[in-house]
Amino acid sequence: MAQYQNIFTQVQVNMPPEPGVALPPGSWPRLGSPRLQYWFGKIGDAQVGPFYLGWLGLSSLICGFIAIEIIGLNMWASVNWDPIQFVRQLPWLALEPPSPEYGLSLPPLAEGGWWLLAGFFLTASIGLWWLRMYRRARALGMGTHVAWAFAAAIWLYLVLGFIRPVLMGSWGEAVPFGIFPHLDWTAAFSIRYGNLFYNPFHMLSIAFLYGATLLFAMHGATVLATGRYGGDREVEQIMDRGTASERMGLFWRWTMGFNANIESIHRWAWWFAVLCPLTGGIGILLTGTVVDNWYLWGVKHGIAPAYPLVFPEVPQDPGMLPGGPQ
Amino acid sequence: MRNWTTKPAGLLLTAALLLATAGCEWPPQETEQIGYRGVAMERIESPETIAADAALHEVPAPQPPANTSGPKARDIYQNVQVLGDLSVGEFTRLMLAITEWVSPEQGCNYCHVGENFADDSLYTKTVSRRMLQMNLDINGNWQDHVKQTGVTCYTCHRGQNVPGEIWYEKPPREAAAGFTADSGTQNMAGMESVAYSSLPGDPFEQFLDNYRQVRVIAKTALPQKNNQGASIQATEYTYGLMMHMSESLGVNCTFCHNSRAFAQWDQSTPQRLTSWHGVTLVRDLNAEYMVPLKPVYPEKRLGPTGDAPKANCATCHRGANKPLNGQSMLPDYPNLAP
Repeated sequence: MAQYQNIFTQVQVNMPPEPGVALPPGSWPRLGSPRLQYWFGKIGDAQVGPFYLGWLGLSSLICGFIAIEIIGLNMWASVNWDPIQFVRQLPWLALEPPSPEYGLSLPPLAEGGWWLLAGFFLTASIGLWWLRMYRRARALGMGTHVAWAFAAAIWLYLVLGFIRPVLMGSWGEAVPFGIFPHLDWTAAFSIRYGNLFYNPFHMLSIAFLYGATLLFAMHGATVLATGRYGGDREVEQIMDRGTASERMGLFWRWTMGFNANIESIHRWAWWFAVLCPLTGGIGILLTGTVVDNWYLWGVKHGIAPAYPLVFPEVPQDPGMLPGGPQ
Repeated sequence: MRNWTTKPAGLLLTAALLLATAGCEWPPQETEQIGYRGVAMERIESPETIAADAALHEVPAPQPPANTSGPKARDIYQNVQVLGDLSVGEFTRLMLAITEWVSPEQGCNYCHVGENFADDSLYTKTVSRRMLQMNLDINGNWQDHVKQTGVTCYTCHRGQNVPGEIWYEKPPREAAAGFTADSGTQNMAGMESVAYSSLPGDPFEQFLDNYRQVRVIAKTALPQKNNQGASIQATEYTYGLMMHMSESLGVNCTFCHNSRAFAQWDQSTPQRLTSWHGVTLVRDLNAEYMVPLKPVYPEKRLGPTGDAPKANCATCHRGANKPLNGQSMLPDYPNLAP
């Protein structure tokens, strides 16, 4: 008998596609006739569709499309509408926020106005998609855990692109839309504020980031390892604990003395994942508004140790010399 | 087994990895600990790059010594405005060296009119006289940066009429005008000036011609009233300049900085101070010598926006943290030092 013991799915169900439960009154019809796709079945459910769009989904996609168009066309314009250069230079291209001189005022389109428009439509798109997730979950009689986890990511996004720039009084503090440019922004941000690694909320965020991946690996491995006892049927195991979850618990008690249970492990994972952007967002929000140099803040509060000096001479700031330029 | 699916996938993955790392230096890199243990103060060097650049940093054999006594150059030759105190023998020896360093193909006639060496009609003579004054100025007044090693014409010229690493003002990018977003000088591929990053590509105009403030990191733990501090945009400019310094000296950040606290002088290496004087030096050279020569140059020596050629860190360093790998040419040419 085929079993769920490999890290890749070995078996897939082949049956007439499932159309889904009846939709509440006032819903749009689902789109597309469901069909089975063999390769999707290798990594997930073989059934593709039907898809529920609804007016929230439709307006979210339209806003998202407008945002991507604004970003992409401005990138294309920056290489003088050359399609080859657009592809070649794409990782370097960006739509930049307004210069700091503009503060929070509305700049001309060419000087950051497009960035504000793209940000508006992207935020609208994300917000509408969040509502859609919430509504779809409710329509299925589910809890709204997915929507709230997504909200945690949206919090970090809003802090970076809206809340912190507003508190700092300058759109120029926000992140550019671009592949390398947003990474350069990230490095510059950390350097400007004296090394983000000394920001305790950044520390927490990293701990939850790595913690979430660790928990996911532990949980995935545990479930796969008990597949032969039905460990993959997690909901049944939660409702009626069987030999699979007994073995899971025993395994972790033996190896580390403590175990989550088959329901609580999902809360652990959810909270670790959600706390990563929540704490990260707090850390970004405090940077520049409340703390200007995290390294010096770390020294002040005894979390940045001093190391012995090993160089033959300790350079003194030449800017401190009388008449010394900065 | 479905080898027909796994093989192309593996090949594609390998090709993608090769493509993604095509711009990187190949391993091995050699890492040397330079700071206290465990703080990642390391100097990283690529033996392959060093071997490839070795010929560039070789010092040419000195000219045979000349008679230091005898009449002075200014008494024998006409129109000698620099180094006139040298003996005729030394003066001629230095001229021969300069020919070897700067115009080995064209010879004396690159700067001198054949029948009358005193004639100033070639622009190259005016420029080289000014460059000699600059050379003496550097060796005499900028030992904070050049130490006792000093510089000669060869430090920059390396056998070429025009040093291999100079810079001009960047012409405006070829972008669609009108109301499309203006990315300014940043976000372009292939910008050697900022080590191929997407940072603002004009750090030389900003810092080495205009005196833009390099320092951007806050000096206090908490924000100060009435002091907004540097913007992220300003930080990206400084970051771009630092990328240029790293690239043109062939060093990583921790050659000068303790990367846990870039701004702290008391945790930096002594090289940071040398480097600081270097920035001051290049600013001074551009302002005092390079830019004022603009009216002297023919059009072919000017940049795309019509500006004079200027210097940056790479002009002397050429990828080595000490130009010519630290070999001093002054013992052979003491007349170029005060």
